[in-house]
Amino acid sequence: MQDDSRARVIKALNWDDGEMGELNMSVTNPTVSLSEVKKRGRGRVPNFLRVMKKYWVFYLMMLPAIIILIINNYIPMLGTVIAFKDINYQKGILGSDWVGFSNFKYLFSTETAWIITRNTLLYNTAFIVLTLIFSLAFAIMFNEMRSRWLSKFHQSAMFLPYFLSWVVVSYLVYGFLSAEHGFMNKTLLPFFGVDPIEWYSQSQYWPGILVIVKLWKEIGYTTVIYMAAIIGIDHEYYEAALIDGASKWKQIRKITLPLISPVIIVMTLLQIGRIFNADFGLFFQVTRNAGALYSTTQVIDTYVYQTFLAIGDIGMSSAAGLVQSVVGFLLIFLANLAVRRISKDDALF
Amino acid sequence: MLSQTETAIRPSGRTGKRTKRQRQPNEISNISNLLINIFFWIYTAICVVPLILVIIVSFSDEQSVVQHGYSFFPNKWDISSYEFLLKDYWQIIDAAAVSLFVTVVGTILSLVIMAMYAYPISRGDFPHRNFFSFFMFFTLLFNGGLVPWYLVYTQMMHLKDTLWILIMPLLVSAFFVIILRTFFANTIPPALVESAKIDGAPEFRIFVQIILPLSLPVLATVGLFQTLAYWNDWYLSLIFISPEGHVNLQYLMYKTMLNVQFLTASPQAMAALAAQGVEINLPTETVRMAMAVIGIGPIVFVYSFFQKYFIKGLTVGAVKG
Repeated sequence: MQDDSRARVIKALNWDDGEMGELNMSVTNPTVSLSEVKKRGRGRVPNFLRVMKKYWVFYLMMLPAIIILIINNYIPMLGTVIAFKDINYQKGILGSDWVGFSNFKYLFSTETAWIITRNTLLYNTAFIVLTLIFSLAFAIMFNEMRSRWLSKFHQSAMFLPYFLSWVVVSYLVYGFLSAEHGFMNKTLLPFFGVDPIEWYSQSQYWPGILVIVKLWKEIGYTTVIYMAAIIGIDHEYYEAALIDGASKWKQIRKITLPLISPVIIVMTLLQIGRIFNADFGLFFQVTRNAGALYSTTQVIDTYVYQTFLAIGDIGMSSAAGLVQSVVGFLLIFLANLAVRRISKDDALF
Repeated sequence: MLSQTETAIRPSGRTGKRTKRQRQPNEISNISNLLINIFFWIYTAICVVPLILVIIVSFSDEQSVVQHGYSFFPNKWDISSYEFLLKDYWQIIDAAAVSLFVTVVGTILSLVIMAMYAYPISRGDFPHRNFFSFFMFFTLLFNGGLVPWYLVYTQMMHLKDTLWILIMPLLVSAFFVIILRTFFANTIPPALVESAKIDGAPEFRIFVQIILPLSLPVLATVGLFQTLAYWNDWYLSLIFISPEGHVNLQYLMYKTMLNVQFLTASPQAMAALAAQGVEINLPTETVRMAMAVIGIGPIVFVYSFFQKYFIKGLTVGAVKG
């Protein structure tokens, strides 16, 4: 019964039958008046032309971006079909043979598939959790600092690494970790009586190093975003809390955190949706793409690059890329669904 | 940095007064304030010190670097690394020119293109705004991955080894379009557009003469982010520019890192260079860092002037789409 009525509503929305449309709309949605429905139903095609006539300038304005999006985003989306093909340049991309899921089977039969998935997920989880904790703590501390000027000064200093490219960061890291001349091996470790370490060939140190470098570079940015949210909180809440005798710690837990939770949720949701996408620069430049470190530093993005442009295996790399995109898409969808359940206003879409 | 010391003079008088007056009821205690201050001084040092190390090494004497490693206090200062780089200055000038061109043209183009897309979808009376919003937003949710993307640019568009390939992929970013749209929709009163229309102004003229001048804050923020994206980009050069082509400064830095490494690692390469009459004792370690300093220079310059606008812009533009 319910399915039936829904089908009728859908049919009504299609406007293919004027009378049915009127009847059903008036029953299911009483806010839409009969005359309005009639007008919309009859005037559909002329309406489109009228819109075009009135807003053609808008279409013209949007045209450059539309063309770029089609080339840069939408054609590559269709191009994901090459993951199901055995690409043969003589036959061309469209003419190559379909091979079904064999690229994927081959990909997941290798041990690398497991390693790169594990690395990507673990690193991104660490980044999300630690960035959230540290930038929230920093933002709250900045907000409590008595001197506005010192607070601004330190924020600016913290923002400096964000301006540097990953190439520059790789230089800075190399300055510290170079085996022969690095500051660690030549100054810091001897000071503590520790033997020099061949940093760029020993993979066990890199999870720690990469997490530190990533946080160092990006914490300034996220801190400023949370700062902005905290500054937006009405001071009267804190004044009322003070009268009630709430301690600073209690104010943070009961006022600051709940009131900026929409920002926290949106930021975290965006990051969870991208949990399958690794920061290529971090894993490629900072590790100097050293093969000895791959067991702890290779992620999906660097693997796709490596198999495609260095080895030339289109099948494997496009399969890995497609898995990454599809899983990422599903994740952002699920994360958004979860947020909609908790609080509808904070959902992305 | 200069702008900071300038502003330092004025507010410090105010903070001086502030310490004299009584603590506000909801301010933190002196000890907590001191602890937070100490913490942030240490963290600021952590942010700045690596850069200082690189700068000092680039001005160090190669011999003292080889003996004592990279150090904040070199035994001897020397500028031979910069002299060495200047011998080969054409390559650096060429790369800097590519970086500058791509950054300027790319930023201007992308601002124009993104604003022209964001304005129609910000207008409540434009009937197809939802479709075009989604058309943009969907690119944030799903992408085709590296391989098809690479093939489109190289096989279909034939843009490999051109300057355009360094510009085009970064032109439109859905994230910034959403920020622009939110700004247009929330801060520009619809009545303004209505009255301009009644006065007979065509849509495009309203956009150029009313909307854009009112949106300078958000345009500045997005423009700065795009400048940073173009200047700091090395990925597009890595993928689309063959080593003999016109690379940008960032990619040249990346290559210098690898090449200097190559020179010290392979005796044959050194012998080959010696046969060509190149000095063997090239200051590899300090040259590498000098190259980094040349690459860092402009961005630190930009940073010291514009970081406050960055922070302001981030606090103005709500992230939510």
